[in-house]
Amino acid sequence: MRKLRHWGPGLLLLSPSLILLAIFVYGLIAWTTKVSVSDEHNALGSKGFAGLDNYTKLFTEDINDRFTHSLKNLAVFTVVFLVGAMFFGLLWAFILERGVKAEGFFRTVYLFPMAVSFVASGVVWRWLMNPNKGENAGGLNAVLGGLGLDFAQSTWWTNPSWGMASMAIPAIWQLSGYVMALFLAGFRGIPAELREAAAMDGASTYRLYRNVIFPQLTPVALSALIILGHMSMKMFDLIMSVSGPQWLTEVPAIYVWQTLLTSDYAKAAAISIILLLLVAVVIVPYLVYTNRQEKNA
Amino acid sequence: MTTTSIAAPPPVETLAPKSKPRPRSGPGSIFKYLLALIFLIIVLMPLYVLIVTSFKSGADIGVTSQWNLPETWTTASWEKAWNVLRPSFIRTFELAVPVAIISSLIGAANGFVLSRWRFPGADFVFTLILFGMFIPYQAVMIPLREIVTTLGIPPGITTLVFVHCVYGIPICTLIFRNYYATTVPEELIEAARVDGAGLLRTFSRIILPISIPGFVVTIIWQFTSAWNDYLFAIFLSNTRNGPITIALNALAGAQSPDYAASMAGALITSLPTLLVYVLLGRWFIGGLMAGSVKS
Repeated sequence: MRKLRHWGPGLLLLSPSLILLAIFVYGLIAWTTKVSVSDEHNALGSKGFAGLDNYTKLFTEDINDRFTHSLKNLAVFTVVFLVGAMFFGLLWAFILERGVKAEGFFRTVYLFPMAVSFVASGVVWRWLMNPNKGENAGGLNAVLGGLGLDFAQSTWWTNPSWGMASMAIPAIWQLSGYVMALFLAGFRGIPAELREAAAMDGASTYRLYRNVIFPQLTPVALSALIILGHMSMKMFDLIMSVSGPQWLTEVPAIYVWQTLLTSDYAKAAAISIILLLLVAVVIVPYLVYTNRQEKNA
Repeated sequence: MTTTSIAAPPPVETLAPKSKPRPRSGPGSIFKYLLALIFLIIVLMPLYVLIVTSFKSGADIGVTSQWNLPETWTTASWEKAWNVLRPSFIRTFELAVPVAIISSLIGAANGFVLSRWRFPGADFVFTLILFGMFIPYQAVMIPLREIVTTLGIPPGITTLVFVHCVYGIPICTLIFRNYYATTVPEELIEAARVDGAGLLRTFSRIILPISIPGFVVTIIWQFTSAWNDYLFAIFLSNTRNGPITIALNALAGAQSPDYAASMAGALITSLPTLLVYVLLGRWFIGGLMAGSVKS
């Protein structure tokens, strides 16, 4: 009883939040799952249970393999986005870590896209990725032309086979600064003694980074990958803003929206649950791992 | 935009160098500055196009002349965009300000309990709470819309305030939990308990007065996420009652959009959050990082 009086009030203070999240996160996910196994394919409501039909149909009977197409798009986007943002983020952090005058200024500029919404930046990126080439080129193609790199001019996201890779360009622009901030904090978190010890041992700069500093950054890199990875799977605003909803650039998050517009609730729910599972596969192990790490600390 | 990582937040100062940086000279150093400068230009390029286009008019606005300065500078497009966006601009303040304040208060209370007034299983409960910030919201949107319709709640700002507060609980709880875990010594709470202070008294008298840095971070974070949100907005509101992202998308996404007005609109939409970023940058980054580096 004394114990309960000790921690009871805390639990009480927390309980409104717990109830809200129980309903609006877990409860609604359960509800969506229920819709996903129903046959609620129009606004008239459900007549019965459909089992996993809605799921299997997405992979086997979807017109033009629309769902697998959206998964492919998502995969291409995610790979390019992760590689790009990690590369530039690490490179920028590395440059700044080596000591640059007016570092704060560089940092502020590199990170500023994070303060802007995808909807707003999408407005300009749609225009920068104009597919016109040669004489009529604008945006990125004009820059490439100006640099004498005409061969690199592209039709960007309108390219049916690899267009999704271009869609990752604005995302890389927007999030490399974030990765930089993570790595920079990582660099700065390395105890000075480690560097000094390595210097005393006569390690070259290359060996210092290769054997001492970079291994220390593994947890940061892992966090960054997971954060970006789960964002990428949920990518919606950016694509809606740059290309709008259309076949070429469709990903599951947009497919859900498009399906809802046709009132096919069961199908939309099934896609959402698959999306949720994709994210959970990445996030749950990360949460468990972080929780454990904290306990060991 | 929502990005966050878990674990303890680094003190914001960790981004700044510990000792004075040692800018070196020599060929390597020039290369370093050259690279830094090139990337600076690349990052600013879209902003440049936004700004110059927003001041253009007529034939000046063409794909091939995208990079050129305006032949004649005019603010006509700014006026046009502002007239279209003004109602939603005001509505977005009515959305983002209450969201920022309410979620921060909830987050402070939760964070305090989960770090300094713990109960058995607190870590597990915390993990369950955190999961809520990573889910794709599509997975709750179908029933959410149904609830809103069934209860007869009009779509628009009120609904959006509610959902942003609810789905903002995880991140705000996380930020405050980590903040208290690193700034409030356990002994302080023990001492208060020995003096017979209960939970609410300890929270209001001892904790809240030292919570300002935490509040600045969560307020900025929630303000920015609510301001920049598009997903909840498109599902739960429309151009007549929704926030500015919806209005901007309608302005810029039309069949043959007015590019100058779209660009001016994008700038108007971004001004509040950019202003927050420029003026309160260190706290902005504090929310952004909400962790990822162990304390």
